[in-house]
Amino acid sequence: MGRIKQQQQQSQQKVFTRRLAILGALKIAMVSALAGRLYYLQVIEGEKYKLLSDENRINHRILFPPRGLIVDRFGIPLATNSPSYRATLVAEQTPNTPATLEAFSSIVPLSERDIARALRERQRTQEFKPITVKDDLTWDDVNAVELNLPDLPGISIEIDQKRVYPFGGITSHILGYVAGPNEKDVENDTDPLLRQPGFHIGKNGLERQYDLPLRGTAGESQLEVNSFGRVIRELARQEGDPGGDLVTTLDVGLQQFAHQRLSSEMAGAAVVMDVYTGDLLALASTPSYDPTAFYRGLTIDEWQELSNDIYGPLTNKAVAGQYAPGSTFKMMTALAALRAGISPDDHVFCSGVTVLGSARFHCWKREGHGSQDMVNGIKNSCDGYFYEIARRVGIDKIAETARMFGLGSAEGLDLPGEKPGLIPDSAWKKAVIGDSWHPGETLVAGIGQGFITATPLQLCVMAARIANGGYAVKPRLVRRIADGSQNDEGNPVFPSLEVPENLLKILRTGMDMVTNGDHGTAYRSRIDIPGMEMAGKTGTSQVRRITMAERARGVIKNQDLPWNQRDHALFVAFAPVHAPRYAASVVVEHGGGGSAVAAPIARDILIECQRRDPSRRNPNAEGGRREMP
Amino acid sequence: MSVELHSVGSAPGLRLTQRIRQIPWSLIILITMVASIGFAMLYSAAGGNADTWMNKQMVRYVIGIGIMLAIGMVDLQRLAKIAYPLYAVAFILLVYVEFLGEIGMGAQRWIDLKFFQLQPSELMKISMCLVLARYFHSLSYEEIGRPWVLIVPTLLVLLPAGLVLKQPDLGTAGMLLLAGAGIFFAAGVRWWKFAIVFALGIAGSVGAWNSGFLHDYQKARLVTFLDPSQDALGTGYHITQSKIALGSGGVWGKGLMQGSQAQLDFLPERQTDFIFTMLGEELGLVGGLLVLTLYSLLVVYGFAIALRTRSHFGRLLAFGVTMNLFLYFFINTAMVMGLIPVVGIPLPLISYGGTAMMTVMVGFGLLTAVYIQRDFRVGRRTSGED
Repeated sequence: MGRIKQQQQQSQQKVFTRRLAILGALKIAMVSALAGRLYYLQVIEGEKYKLLSDENRINHRILFPPRGLIVDRFGIPLATNSPSYRATLVAEQTPNTPATLEAFSSIVPLSERDIARALRERQRTQEFKPITVKDDLTWDDVNAVELNLPDLPGISIEIDQKRVYPFGGITSHILGYVAGPNEKDVENDTDPLLRQPGFHIGKNGLERQYDLPLRGTAGESQLEVNSFGRVIRELARQEGDPGGDLVTTLDVGLQQFAHQRLSSEMAGAAVVMDVYTGDLLALASTPSYDPTAFYRGLTIDEWQELSNDIYGPLTNKAVAGQYAPGSTFKMMTALAALRAGISPDDHVFCSGVTVLGSARFHCWKREGHGSQDMVNGIKNSCDGYFYEIARRVGIDKIAETARMFGLGSAEGLDLPGEKPGLIPDSAWKKAVIGDSWHPGETLVAGIGQGFITATPLQLCVMAARIANGGYAVKPRLVRRIADGSQNDEGNPVFPSLEVPENLLKILRTGMDMVTNGDHGTAYRSRIDIPGMEMAGKTGTSQVRRITMAERARGVIKNQDLPWNQRDHALFVAFAPVHAPRYAASVVVEHGGGGSAVAAPIARDILIECQRRDPSRRNPNAEGGRREMP
Repeated sequence: MSVELHSVGSAPGLRLTQRIRQIPWSLIILITMVASIGFAMLYSAAGGNADTWMNKQMVRYVIGIGIMLAIGMVDLQRLAKIAYPLYAVAFILLVYVEFLGEIGMGAQRWIDLKFFQLQPSELMKISMCLVLARYFHSLSYEEIGRPWVLIVPTLLVLLPAGLVLKQPDLGTAGMLLLAGAGIFFAAGVRWWKFAIVFALGIAGSVGAWNSGFLHDYQKARLVTFLDPSQDALGTGYHITQSKIALGSGGVWGKGLMQGSQAQLDFLPERQTDFIFTMLGEELGLVGGLLVLTLYSLLVVYGFAIALRTRSHFGRLLAFGVTMNLFLYFFINTAMVMGLIPVVGIPLPLISYGGTAMMTVMVGFGLLTAVYIQRDFRVGRRTSGED
């Protein structure tokens, strides 16, 4: 054993002890670091991590607010929501998805496509999330499925809200429709609702124009979820604000009548307006489309068919159809002449042909009207008379007057897609065509042909401003939004156009004679119900050029021409003639003569309009009425 | 020259009954306390179901205590004698899973022996402690000063660590290296040699990083450890969710089975590697500190035994297994707290699974054996004679 060995062992032990002390101290430091780290995470940063853990745990689910209703002026619903039943399948609740689909199909038939789509959706969906088996089940289907639920593991019926338009195509051009937002919609709108599958926004018409107030605000449900997104339970729920209802100015009964009356022709538009308030009672455009087709999604074929249809079902012709106004424009030529100091009693001789330089301008009546004053010029729609006074007044004054009466620019209606029409003048021609104005063009413009175009809405506004004594009434479609952002307290007040009443009276007398004067151009379409008589003006606008040769041979009759080369038939009117309340315009595309085709439609609509609701003339409404001399 | 061939007082001087009387019950109580916390956490991790994990873990614990006590009865002299053969077996098995396992078993790190899975790297953790204790035991303090005597033990550490790293198991390789270095240090290897190895190690790691020795996912783990936000849904997900869970626990925790991160599956591996996170979420800072304290007491216990032991073999062995335990819990807890990369080391006695439990229980068994024979000496050269 020896001392050396003992010393060695002692030194070995001493070193070991010392080294262990060092390591022990190191370990104490390391464990202290752990404890410090725990303290840092759990106490100092604790609140932050608590928030993060809640963010993990809590899934915020957006709840759809019910979309606001759209109703007519009497509260009749035009756009509503109704429950729609959808069968869904949760894959983890069924032992065999295809077998369950087959069992479902034996109760409610599924097409091959439905099954393929459901299976495809199954591939992309976590097994505890529902997939859609069939949309829009009927009530009978729902009952049949509910009855057979024990044999349909994983199937359940869910209730969605769908948008319903009780009047379908009759109101589709005004209301538009709703559909899922596209990428651009989502980009431009931060509303979280747009990012929810199955949410619809207004895509056209009032649905689009008033989408925000109709939409409402999203509710929220706080769900506790696990890391796979499976819902464990609902922690809190906050309902959103439903969308505000929209009260329109429409009288849907009249709208329906106008639509059906117009449908006797291939394509056309009719507008009825309150001449004092600007309320549009009817705004019809035919043919039209089924808004629910857009809601459910059009196939490419359906879309092609609609957009290639020559009768233009997708266009709201009442606001977006631009037509040469033809003779309905003659009131503007006449008023421009009166304002320029031309006497209404000045006579012009119409021989059937007016010659200006080397050009010949024909009156619609081959043999001419003979000597005409202004009232008779309007009554007979004598082109010769208007060629002459237009020549005397000049285009710029005619244009100025026409613009005062609402032509040549959009009316600012709360409806997307409104077109401005066109009122040309010499400056316009210089700027746009790059040519100076020819005197002959003034003659053509004087009878509402040539460059001039106007929408049916503008023609109705023009008639209304003549009828109401020269106030700049503007059309409107919405009386009130339930959220209060717009209301109809009191009727709107419109500024006067400062046109002397005696001048307007001459126009009204002329229009009175058109319908009520013996041999007036629309005498056959007069209203002979006492107190409902209307005044009006026919218009027939050419869409093709009649050559000299054709004129020599004899102008081809409309019915011998292809549809799209026939004349447009137009009529503007107001009623009752001695206390005007309503203005109307009717355009029948390629319908032929205004007196034969458009005037009877306008007459029927105005009779219906006045018959429908005498109570419309209640004292409140009278309040907005201006004094008539 | 004259180094004693026979140990003094190393004769099996204690009979079995005497040994049983010497069993360190306070150590077993400490172990049981830690394990019981584990049972509670496993019960909670299963959402209040005892059958899922807790019951099986209890069975493992009972078996483990049995193994611990059985090993505790073994003679130190005998342990010193089997150190080299055991190391050889462990090394061969490591080679086996490295070369044959790669072909037949994918990236599998264990050998399926029907009744339990033998993980050679775990066996290596134990046998490396034994073999290093045995080796340094045979050297005098002066001999340790000679550089060439360190060649053998260095290879004894580096070879298995390299094999494990190749498996690839970054965590276990690190544990082997650190435990080995700890024993070297405790045995009295000079300071400056550590400095050289440290410098070489740095150079080696840089080389390894560039040579493609590390798998891409191992590199990714290191990178995301340094900046977890880089990859919040991929590799960084574990660290981020773990920190959220721990932090949201606060001082008092959310309560057993109330940890939303753990119970709603945001926390990965909540019953195994990340069980400490779940504990921190549900039992808060208080629970976390309690567990750290209990482990520290176990380490102190091991150190106390090492200091009180007369034989150098016993001292180094006691220190080695204690070092192992420390590394286990330190690496695991530091990893879930985001202090070091996620390396897949479970929390011994608490994490679900038998492998780590067996390793530490065998370690406690060795500690018990050292404790019981703390006053006995072990011969310098144990082979051949006896």
